[in-house]
Amino acid sequence: MLHTFVAYVEDRPGVLTRVASLFRRLNINIVSLTVGRSERTGLSRMTVVAEASAEAGHRIQASLFKLENVVDVDDIAQAPSVTRELALIKVAATPKNRSQIFELVEVFRARVVDLAPESLMIEMTGVESKIEGLIQVLHEGDNKILEICRSGRLTMRRGHHTSSVMRAMGAGEADPLEPQLEAPEDNAANEPE
Amino acid sequence: MGTKAKTQTSNAPLTTPARLTGAEIVWATLVGEGVTDVFGYPGGAILPVYDALRKFPIHHTLVRHEQGAAHMADGYSRASGKVGVAIATSGPGATNLVTGIATAMLDSIPIVCITGNVSSKVLGTDAFQEVDITGITLPVTKHNFLVNRPEDIAPAIRYAFQIAKSARPGPVLVDITKDAQQATALFDFEAAKPRPVRPHPMRVVDETGLAQAAELIRNAKRPVILAGHGIIESGAMEQVRTLAERAQIPVALTLLGLGAFPASHPLNLGMMGMHGESWVNHAIQDADLLIACGMRFDDRVTGTTSTYATKAKKIHIDVDPAEINKNIKVDIALIGDLREVLEELLPRVSARDGQAWLKTVEASKGASAVRDIKNLPDSGHLYAAHVIHDIWRITGGDAIVVTDVGQHQMWEAQYYHHEKPRTLITSGGLGTMGFALPAAIGAKFACPDKEVWVVAGDGGFQMTAAELSTIAQEKIKINIAIINNGYLGMVRQWQEFFYERNYEATPMVSPDFVKLADAHGIAGLTVSTRAEVAKAVNSARSAPGAFLINFKVEKEDSVYPMVSAGSALHEMIRRPGRDPLLESPADK
Repeated sequence: MLHTFVAYVEDRPGVLTRVASLFRRLNINIVSLTVGRSERTGLSRMTVVAEASAEAGHRIQASLFKLENVVDVDDIAQAPSVTRELALIKVAATPKNRSQIFELVEVFRARVVDLAPESLMIEMTGVESKIEGLIQVLHEGDNKILEICRSGRLTMRRGHHTSSVMRAMGAGEADPLEPQLEAPEDNAANEPE
Repeated sequence: MGTKAKTQTSNAPLTTPARLTGAEIVWATLVGEGVTDVFGYPGGAILPVYDALRKFPIHHTLVRHEQGAAHMADGYSRASGKVGVAIATSGPGATNLVTGIATAMLDSIPIVCITGNVSSKVLGTDAFQEVDITGITLPVTKHNFLVNRPEDIAPAIRYAFQIAKSARPGPVLVDITKDAQQATALFDFEAAKPRPVRPHPMRVVDETGLAQAAELIRNAKRPVILAGHGIIESGAMEQVRTLAERAQIPVALTLLGLGAFPASHPLNLGMMGMHGESWVNHAIQDADLLIACGMRFDDRVTGTTSTYATKAKKIHIDVDPAEINKNIKVDIALIGDLREVLEELLPRVSARDGQAWLKTVEASKGASAVRDIKNLPDSGHLYAAHVIHDIWRITGGDAIVVTDVGQHQMWEAQYYHHEKPRTLITSGGLGTMGFALPAAIGAKFACPDKEVWVVAGDGGFQMTAAELSTIAQEKIKINIAIINNGYLGMVRQWQEFFYERNYEATPMVSPDFVKLADAHGIAGLTVSTRAEVAKAVNSARSAPGAFLINFKVEKEDSVYPMVSAGSALHEMIRRPGRDPLLESPADK
């Protein structure tokens, strides 16, 4: 099964290697990995997606916790969550065929972020399948895709923090200024993933 | 230790902050952590540290190969329960430590290895003797540090000690660049204290689990306690004994668990697994409840997992959540420090009558006691079992025995009966040949008043035989028994059983070990008959210095019983003969 591990790790040299090495040792291919700053200073947040058996998932999570630089690990598995990916797609485009691409971009709720005489760059956020859909229709429309840069999956559980670790660190406290409703901003948020 | 001048004459750590070089900080921190002995080998990138040693009350043992330093730190730790320390230089010095570090990792032994590295300016440039040792040791350490500022040295070393000791112990490496050793910083031992240990969130012992475990114990008809190394690391010997005695549960031990429960105790079954006695493995296979205490269902104790103790409910008590359901699926997991968990569990366990089951197990021993090779009349053949048995008898079972890896290791486990923890020191998980001699040196430094015996094969002994020089230089008293059968015996045994006796690369020509010892100023004897064994063992014991005995044993003896890889635990290869239970002199 596909596991999505969300890990809070100390922002230090070598931490990524330690996490990645754990998967390497099991000869598990990491499908997707994203790292960036989290809401806490000094802690980075990783989303690691990997294919492994259900039992292996438990052991990976337990082993990740054993890494000295790992503060918290959550195996999202089937829990309600939001997953997004960001893609930058550069397409060969001249003034002649631009408008056709603009239409596609509109349909996919993407946007054009750079326009050059012979190319344009599309920025798109969404679930994996949606990004792949755009890439597919670009191909079908005989557009020449020059470059694709994808962020990999970012995943967050819906609702409150459930981690006892993060709660102990003061995270997940109800904040009256933040809307607590699961109010989707657009339809995309309700799409099955 | 010599009469060198010291600036720090007392063993008390520096309590007032002082400005020191990074090299001095290394030693001051070690003194603060209570270290009195280190094992190491100098070289360019660690020279500043060595230069500062004379100022501190720490004894340094010069090894002959850095692998020896790691094994000595390991043996020191296994004998004492304290953290062992090894020191090496950059590059080859550091890589030579790796086998020793991996040995400690697989057996959960707390050691701290300190390595020098090239100056931070040239880090990553393939400078002379530069190697990425934190990269290399990443999978075989609990954690490691690359330190390139003097002010980070004390916090890193203190943190390393905490990591090495806490939860499931293990090795930690601190790699310090040469410029960090040379520069100065304010040394404040107290301020360098690490943050408190972060508990593993999956480490849970809940009321329900405890209640269910107690219920299972109460209702069990055929329970067995599986006693592992975790008992010794956690110091839970009393708790396990109380559990066994109160509920009348027989105890089977892993190799590394030997000593955790007294061998002479009526509830002690003996060692389980690949070379465990048949009644031990049968008891496990017939059990309706297994209580695993600080053990990890290693493949050497389970046989094929699909056929392992299929009738038994399983309670697993271990400190490491990653061990739960790893090899064997268990019914109840109590994840925490073994002693603490047992202290919570014991009040819920009441006395129960286990006589019926104990009698069944006792009866299953049958004629096996007679089968024991040690009870055979002297046929002129010298069996390793005789040697081990005599060493046990003569030392009163009170010595620290440090074994190498192979047949002699299994014979030691079968014929030396360990009453107390930390009296058997052996490489179980990694199975590192060459472990015994250096680990014994470490053990002797940890317990200078204890009698220390090395039991090694002719193959493994030669892997680290250079450490004889270390023994000579340090003038320490260690007795060495080489079980010499002229083969890499365990490999030969596998070739005999599974490779049609194709003895490829296992016959081994060895030097005259007594002459080799003599070259080091170490006395020795060669023994080839059973009648000479006791006399030789006594000679070794009464000799003032180290002593080596070359026991020329039966060349093609095998370790029985044996559960071959891929077999169920109860499917054992028995000693051949007319009666599988009775040893026949005609067998050889």
